[in-house]
Amino acid sequence: MKAVATPPAAGSATGTVPTYVLEARDVHRSFGSTPALRGANLRLAAGEILAVMGPSGSGKSTLLHCLAGIYSPDEGEIWFSGQRLDKLSDSARSKLRRSEFGFVFQFGQLVPELTAADNIALPLLLGGGHRRTAYQQAQAWLDRLGLAGLGGRRTGELSGGQAQRVAIARALVAHPRVLFADEPTGSLDSLTGEQVMEIMVGLAREEGTSVVLVTHDARTAAYADRAIIVRDGRVSADLDAEVSR
Amino acid sequence: MTLLGLLEREPSHGYDLKHDYDVFFGRGKPLPFGQVYATLGRLARDGKVLVGDPEPGDGPDRRRYVITPEGASSVDSWLVEPVEAEPHLQTVLFTKVVLSLMLDRPAEEYLDLQRAAHLKRMRELTEIKRTGAQVDALLADHGLFHLEADLRWIDLTSARLGALRELVQK
Repeated sequence: MKAVATPPAAGSATGTVPTYVLEARDVHRSFGSTPALRGANLRLAAGEILAVMGPSGSGKSTLLHCLAGIYSPDEGEIWFSGQRLDKLSDSARSKLRRSEFGFVFQFGQLVPELTAADNIALPLLLGGGHRRTAYQQAQAWLDRLGLAGLGGRRTGELSGGQAQRVAIARALVAHPRVLFADEPTGSLDSLTGEQVMEIMVGLAREEGTSVVLVTHDARTAAYADRAIIVRDGRVSADLDAEVSR
Repeated sequence: MTLLGLLEREPSHGYDLKHDYDVFFGRGKPLPFGQVYATLGRLARDGKVLVGDPEPGDGPDRRRYVITPEGASSVDSWLVEPVEAEPHLQTVLFTKVVLSLMLDRPAEEYLDLQRAAHLKRMRELTEIKRTGAQVDALLADHGLFHLEADLRWIDLTSARLGALRELVQK
């Protein structure tokens, strides 16, 4: 059993050397006296869709938060595109999160007082974009996701599936390098969850965005290129390495 | 029973029945002609279909098969009867887990291997759903839900391995 999960090796089926966009090296993170991560290692190739699976409390969400620069590791290193993410200042990390990362969570990520179009335009406006361009892009994403008539609707008035589609648009509108999705279908029924995954994975592939997809749901994980298991704060198995052994 | 059900739609020749069966139910395993005619012969013997007179054509003479009221009643009974909810308790995987624990082998690794194989198949079925016809998607869903159920069992078993090990090594 491998303790370190790695993407497909160079010279594998495609014959190309993978370019890693994100890497965790021996990452430890505790909350008080409770260890959540105990030496997690992970590499994400450019354009790869990676499912992070594992039981509740295994550390998979903490790993996502460390990879995204939301939490700082107590020990270990996080590398993003050739630079140490964990060594950046809070403000530099915030800026990088806005420009390079997108996020889709189970719920609660949209501002309910704002309209769908406002929510989608928000990352562009926060990044200093022009208002008119930001709203034009927001509208284009609404059209792309089949939500053309809902731009003026407050997100609190949308169905779960519609809200998740708006969240996907907001996550991708700034063309991030990496999309972090934490149980994105957790609050949806099977059919709606499937539609959301179809859209999210389809768009990520079109945009060339890498995805870290945390899920306990095998049907959701089946949309990913590769799956790993986190147990007791470590990446304990690379399922695709297992199957090709 | 599938052939009888297809006949309830309309009287058909054996060739057309085989064609429809292969399209809707074959899934890469076409029904041999021999099996089609053997089944139709049995259904005729049991009074569930009537065999028409030979119809001359370009090729060999063909016969049209018509479902009888008794045959239609059999289809009705079969449709309303639930399929046996098999618990699948004695699976190979179950045996492997118990044996590996008894023999002090790495059961968790074996379960991970199985998990990987299941997920690989689920990925293939998900691709069929994304790109295939509606009928194929329906069948892929059936497979996906069954594989998902297996994976839940694998997850639960993984979480209980410590306790199970103590139990079987006593």
